[in-house]
Amino acid sequence: MTNLPGATPKKLGLVIDLDTCVGCHACVTSCKEWNTGGYSAPLSDHDPYGADPSGAWLNRVHSYEMEIGGAGRTVHFPRSCLHCEEPDCVTVCPTGASYKRAEDGIVLVNPDTCIGCKLCSWACPYGAREYDHDDGVMKKCTLCVDRIYNDTIPEEDRVPACVRACPTGARAFGDLGDPDSDVSALVAERGGFDLMQEFGYKPVNKYLPPRAPSEAPTAPEPDAETIPAPRDRLERLFAWVDAKLSA
Amino acid sequence: MHPAYSVIFFTTASGAGYGLWFWLGLRLLAGGAADGAALAALIVGGVLVTFGLFSSTFHLGHPERAWRALSQWRSSWLSREGVAAVATYVPAGLLFLGLVLPGGLPGVAVLGLLLALGASMTVWCTGMIYAALRTVPEWNHGIVPVLYLGLAGGTGALVLAFVDAVAGVDGVMGVVAGLVLPAAAALKWVYWRRIDGAEAPFGMAEALGIPGAANIRVLDPPHTRPNFVMREMGYAVARRHAVKLRLWALTLLLTVPIAGLILAALLPGLAIAFLALAVAAAGVGVWVERWLFFAEARHLSMLYYGATPGGRGGEVS
Repeated sequence: MTNLPGATPKKLGLVIDLDTCVGCHACVTSCKEWNTGGYSAPLSDHDPYGADPSGAWLNRVHSYEMEIGGAGRTVHFPRSCLHCEEPDCVTVCPTGASYKRAEDGIVLVNPDTCIGCKLCSWACPYGAREYDHDDGVMKKCTLCVDRIYNDTIPEEDRVPACVRACPTGARAFGDLGDPDSDVSALVAERGGFDLMQEFGYKPVNKYLPPRAPSEAPTAPEPDAETIPAPRDRLERLFAWVDAKLSA
Repeated sequence: MHPAYSVIFFTTASGAGYGLWFWLGLRLLAGGAADGAALAALIVGGVLVTFGLFSSTFHLGHPERAWRALSQWRSSWLSREGVAAVATYVPAGLLFLGLVLPGGLPGVAVLGLLLALGASMTVWCTGMIYAALRTVPEWNHGIVPVLYLGLAGGTGALVLAFVDAVAGVDGVMGVVAGLVLPAAAALKWVYWRRIDGAEAPFGMAEALGIPGAANIRVLDPPHTRPNFVMREMGYAVARRHAVKLRLWALTLLLTVPIAGLILAALLPGLAIAFLALAVAAAGVGVWVERWLFFAEARHLSMLYYGATPGGRGGEVS
């Protein structure tokens, strides 16, 4: 059904930290790797090693320059489906293939009933949906629905592939509908925000702003080096030399 | 937005077909003759409508699943368009039987009314598919479905005038076309003025949402070659020639058909030739207008790629 389910008991989504993202694209490639064999299989590519490569990817990382508080910044900006609460990408679908799950709020495309009309991609202001020309259906982030509930993989792997792959911990996954969840706490603490909030789709995914340079935590001072007590004559000799030289 | 040629052909051909059915339905409702000329018009309209609908399935990834599009009429204008299109075949089919069966069928006037209603509902839904998309500021106008109706009504009246002339019927359809086409063209002019003067609703700052960010510039794109989103939403070929193409569209869908209608009235012996020219010109004119409708439309997702946002402030002057 392409009517929206209304308020969902859970709002599963991602929190993306624009302060710590280094733009390495590990989330992009791990997403592609998992999803080309999972729910969204295949994620077709055309001319992947040639001069004009293209293909369906569910996650893209932009890099921007900007000024924040008068200071220049480079900001790496991952962009994928935000699993909005009230998105038209679901309601415009003529077949019911594009739907929002009532139980956890994940927005999915049923690849067996999608006719490939592309209207849902037209309805998304975030450019989050990509059409698969070989498969003839629309592809999008599934929040790795085939990982997060998957009892056959180790528990630490039951998060979206992009979250698992991020080397800087810039991506967090959880229930943004639960005010006591870790991700909700992170959003509250860091001032998480919506993309194009004024547009009104109510994105579930949140972004954390780059920290001002002065607020960024600094690495702790290393402990002073201590030299263990000498164990033999030679070490005692060196210790004596060290003590004389240090005096 | 990338112009999907099958969709442009569909809206041009089916628009004229539904417009023809609309006027034919009204004529039958008003007591017009249910004769061979009406049958010919019904068939011509049906051919245009059916070819258009058929071609519209070519842009689908899975045309064989097109029937599923009839299910979500509660929320989707595309689904409503499909339902209205299929429903309009019912009065059209019954009218066909009424016109070919010896002795005819009762209730031709009612069927004419249903045909006119179904045809206009279908075209209205087509326009609403675009007008309901807030992601494309150039399309998100109340004028858009009215324009679709106007151009369908104008081209449909023109085709019906041509069919009447071939069938040797003296009709008022030429006058109707001569009134509706200028009205539709004027509305198109208003539409162009409105999209040219519109303020950009969103910029890169809103797209990224980062509090306090200013002077945002693209440093590195996320991919080295255009992806689906850029090819589908970022089409920019026609914009440089927009002014020229707008003039071409207006010339073809207004000036030439009006000249053809006047000459057909003045020289009845050559009426069929002049009306054929008028129909051909209007068809090409609507085709150009539809192509521009896509090519001039800018999608908000392109903001992430550093594109200028909707509202064209000076781009077309």
